[in-house]
Amino acid sequence: MTAPILQVKDLKKHFDARAGLFGEKTSVKAVDGVSFDVMPQESFAVVGESGCGKTTLGKLVLALEKPTSGSVLFNGDDVSKMKGPALKKMRSQMQVIFQDPYSSLNPRMTVEDIITEPWVIHDMHKNPADRARVLDKLLTDCGIAKSYLPRHPHEFSGGQRQRVGIARALALDPKLVVADEPVSALDVSIQAQILNLLKDLQTERKLAYLFISHDFSVVRHLCTRIAVMYLGRVVETADSETLFNDPQHPYTEALLSAVPVPDPSIEKRRKRILLTGDVPSPLKPPSGCHFHPRCRYMRDSCKVNDQPLLEAKPAHRAACEVLPFKQKPSAAALIAL
Amino acid sequence: MSEPVLSVRGLRTHFITRERTVKAVDGISYDLHPGKTLAVVGESGSGKSVHALSILRLLPEPPAKVVGGEILFNGKDLLKLDPEGIREIRGNRIAMIFQEPMTSLNPVIRVGEQIAEAVVLHQGVSQEKAWAKAVDLLKKVGIPHPEERVNDFPHQFSGGMRQRAMIAIALSCEPNVLIADEPTTALDVTIQAQILELMKDLQREYNMAIVLITHNIGVVAEMADDVVVMYAGRAVEHASVNELFKSPKHPYTKGLLGSVPSIYERKERLEAISGQPPDLSGGFVGCPFAPRCPSVMERCRTDDPPQFHLEGGRMSNCWLVEGEAKTTTHRNAESGSAR
Repeated sequence: MTAPILQVKDLKKHFDARAGLFGEKTSVKAVDGVSFDVMPQESFAVVGESGCGKTTLGKLVLALEKPTSGSVLFNGDDVSKMKGPALKKMRSQMQVIFQDPYSSLNPRMTVEDIITEPWVIHDMHKNPADRARVLDKLLTDCGIAKSYLPRHPHEFSGGQRQRVGIARALALDPKLVVADEPVSALDVSIQAQILNLLKDLQTERKLAYLFISHDFSVVRHLCTRIAVMYLGRVVETADSETLFNDPQHPYTEALLSAVPVPDPSIEKRRKRILLTGDVPSPLKPPSGCHFHPRCRYMRDSCKVNDQPLLEAKPAHRAACEVLPFKQKPSAAALIAL
Repeated sequence: MSEPVLSVRGLRTHFITRERTVKAVDGISYDLHPGKTLAVVGESGSGKSVHALSILRLLPEPPAKVVGGEILFNGKDLLKLDPEGIREIRGNRIAMIFQEPMTSLNPVIRVGEQIAEAVVLHQGVSQEKAWAKAVDLLKKVGIPHPEERVNDFPHQFSGGMRQRAMIAIALSCEPNVLIADEPTTALDVTIQAQILELMKDLQREYNMAIVLITHNIGVVAEMADDVVVMYAGRAVEHASVNELFKSPKHPYTKGLLGSVPSIYERKERLEAISGQPPDLSGGFVGCPFAPRCPSVMERCRTDDPPQFHLEGGRMSNCWLVEGEAKTTTHRNAESGSAR
């Protein structure tokens, strides 16, 4: 059994807030007790709607935010306790790809400077021949033409910029890449190119991905295990095939049924579970199970009891005490209806 | 078959500046029937939104200019109307909802007033009656406690509620045609599902025709009866939704459908289209998709393909279907010419 590359343990991040200028002091529980492991060379996805805390989670993992409590262990070491050289070394092993390729590249730097800056910072590949060889390989892997090197980001389209962002992230040969919505700003045909690229790079360079996304279809294509978040908490985690075929949390079930399927013959036959209302404000999350006001299986006890993540099936955990034990039609059966 | 409520014929909208001309829309034609939904699909820069804004003449002129085509609404050419005439139709008979509900609502005016404004303007009723109608409309689009929420400002609404309020404004005059430009792109999936469901219900109730502009293939599969695929400002394929997904004719449509990951099947690789969409300033020699096309032939690089009309009212703008074509038209053809 190999050790996980990333362990997140009961991680919490609370931001102080005030309701109005003189209002009562409260806190937004952006991440509220999240735990999971990511294995080497695995692609693990965190999925949720806006405001569920998935981006904050990514920042905590990258040690860009300090957790309120809990810990993030990278290769067994707590990232929030690292300082100086240890932190710098850890950062070279854990890189990030951002959502917006327009704002995450410095417009005044050339593509070459952007991609090779990590080597300057980490004092790597100083031998010109060595540098040229590594850069050449990196460009080929990421599908960037050599002629791009002296040019600036504004000369490129979104897809090409995202390739530059990916090349920069991979320049240091990291072991873990945190990808925060890396394709959601791109058009579908370009999105497909980048998804294929991420898949190829993972095999080629033996990467582990922590993939943060709101898009289930993208996640299914790329990831092997998934955690679903709602209002700062993980409500369900399983490997991706199991999660898609047999969701055990009512929120996951509704979320999956809300995703439009690119096939009219399925789309016209399937039954949709419509959630009522909006995601509640994270300033005032509902009592008990956060999902209970929108849940169709709600019982009185759900309003009071916090639902811990329970083993619903082997390697499949859900924070619900009702649905896992209810007989219900599977997603496949819902289509057949 | 009923008469089409909206017919677009060979529409061309260009942006003309001193330096260059960008042919944002360069030949799109379709018929839209009452109670039906036509989806216009394409990637950014394909001209789908500019086409919609051209219908209601919401583009700044100059630099935008409709250089050709006809837009027939109940048989009347909207392009020949004076500003007064188009104002009577816009927001009244043809209404529009936009992608970003926050920027398209006025932040300093109460939601109720923004709905009532259109009612007063187009139906000439009193303020009180219009206000009562605003409450009714908010109720109809599923806003809880409409009597209270009608007094709210847009920032007090969530994203989904703002889009509902936009729909209430669009529906206030019971339009014959609703143009929805990426209505759910800014919303989360669960909210998107609610809004699409609402649009379908209201369409049934008012027998309204919808032009749905989107890049989301899943939304197309769910909502559309007919689909027009746009590339480089042109309609490259036109078919019923089932036909289009079952047997796409144009290589771009095939590529687009192959690019989309689905939650129902795990594809090993997505069939991505290589390359980038073209620059629309300056003209094309041959087919604009040729540089990215996997089935490109010699003639595609030199000869601009016409629109080939096939069995079952389908159209594909590709030389590959030349053999099956029943008739052929140029993409800029207006009514009167062969169809």
